[in-house]
Amino acid sequence: MSDFRGRDVLSIRDFSQADIQLVLKAAKKMVPIAVGSRRSRVLEGRILATLFYEPSTRTRLSFESAMARLGGRVLGFSGAEGTSVQKGETLADTVRMVEAYSDAIVLRHPQEGAARLAAEFTEKPVINAGDGAGQHPTQTLLDLYTIWDEKGSIEDQNVVLVGDLKYGRTVHSLTYALAELGAHLTFVSPPTLEMPREILENLKERGLSFRVAHRLHEVIRDADVVYVTRIQKERFPDSQEYQAVVGSYRIDGDALRDAKRGLIVMHPLPRVAEIAPEVDRTKHAVYFKQAFNGVPVRMALLDLILGGGE
Amino acid sequence: MRELRVTPIKNGTVIDHIPAGLALKVLKILGIDHAVSSTVTVAMHVPSKAMGWKDIVKVEDRELSPREVDKIALIAPIATVNVIRNYNVAEKRRVTLPDRAVGILRCANPNCISNVPEPIESEFLVRSKNPLRVVCKYCDRELEEIVAHIV
Repeated sequence: MSDFRGRDVLSIRDFSQADIQLVLKAAKKMVPIAVGSRRSRVLEGRILATLFYEPSTRTRLSFESAMARLGGRVLGFSGAEGTSVQKGETLADTVRMVEAYSDAIVLRHPQEGAARLAAEFTEKPVINAGDGAGQHPTQTLLDLYTIWDEKGSIEDQNVVLVGDLKYGRTVHSLTYALAELGAHLTFVSPPTLEMPREILENLKERGLSFRVAHRLHEVIRDADVVYVTRIQKERFPDSQEYQAVVGSYRIDGDALRDAKRGLIVMHPLPRVAEIAPEVDRTKHAVYFKQAFNGVPVRMALLDLILGGGE
Repeated sequence: MRELRVTPIKNGTVIDHIPAGLALKVLKILGIDHAVSSTVTVAMHVPSKAMGWKDIVKVEDRELSPREVDKIALIAPIATVNVIRNYNVAEKRRVTLPDRAVGILRCANPNCISNVPEPIESEFLVRSKNPLRVVCKYCDRELEEIVAHIV
């Protein structure tokens, strides 16, 4: 019996290094089932509720695929329209209702802290699938899995995080976890979208070193991983400024000229203009594989939480 | 004979050892405004052997609840709360900063789930007592300007 059984997944900070390693290894074993070459019924008879208060293509579909690949069923909604939520039902009430219909609840909500609140109102495990600008722990796990699977380890990898490091939901949790697992971090962003001060201070307090840069070409030479995030138009006062910034952080053939052979380029997707299509054809591009990895990682978690996962 | 600046009260609460300058914030925490029904005495910048200078608040005919005492601890961690009954100190309590502040602070993050109508109380975890740093249990953000966010 694992101590994952029945556990909530609210924040990556709730995971010890050993927990993360366990999920990564379990995810690796799930790959043949995730691609359909092996069959599994380990979650047969189990029901997963997916409550998506805001749309999310990748996260929702990969949870649904993960549950179906393990023989379980999924029910839920995407967008609160037409549900009791629209009539003004509190999240606490919705969760108490849904727990009667399912074995675990996956929640995506526009407000920070929603998953923690939900977990207080149900005995069933709650999996946070993104709460506002807050946490998105399963995305972090699949990002970690991608690095671990592609590079063989996370420790001592030079990881460069590029783009919107201020508002980007995924990069804060990822930074925390990568630092904890011994990666060397470099932050590259426009001055207005730098990694928040409290996160940098937290790294310093924990004795972890990192670099801050404003230009990609200064740091790409010794990078093992470049993790690119979308720079959103609405963060800039005018579109001219936005275009200039996006252009200077764009990954294209030119930007990768001095890169190591084994460099991998990651992106949580959807991308807009941050990565040129020409990069897709190179060995560096792993972002579509990364999106696929969401399935085995979520399968591993569901199996550990609901099934007999080791 | 030593002249008393503030006269003793018969029944009520004396909050002593408030850091100088924070007496009015203590009044805010206690919800004391013009609508209060009893006498409130505030002494500011009083010499103190232990603190150099301190403030004192006396509230007549009112005894503080533990929750109110906890609230005071957020801005005056070394304050003492004396309950006065018939001119005597009936109870002497030192405020203690709790590990969690439940229902006494409002999260400054407008997008935090604790700021929408849900059947919960706000809750902050005390990260550090000196200097005081608190973090919202729900959205994980640190609260700046703690005094301004007292409920």
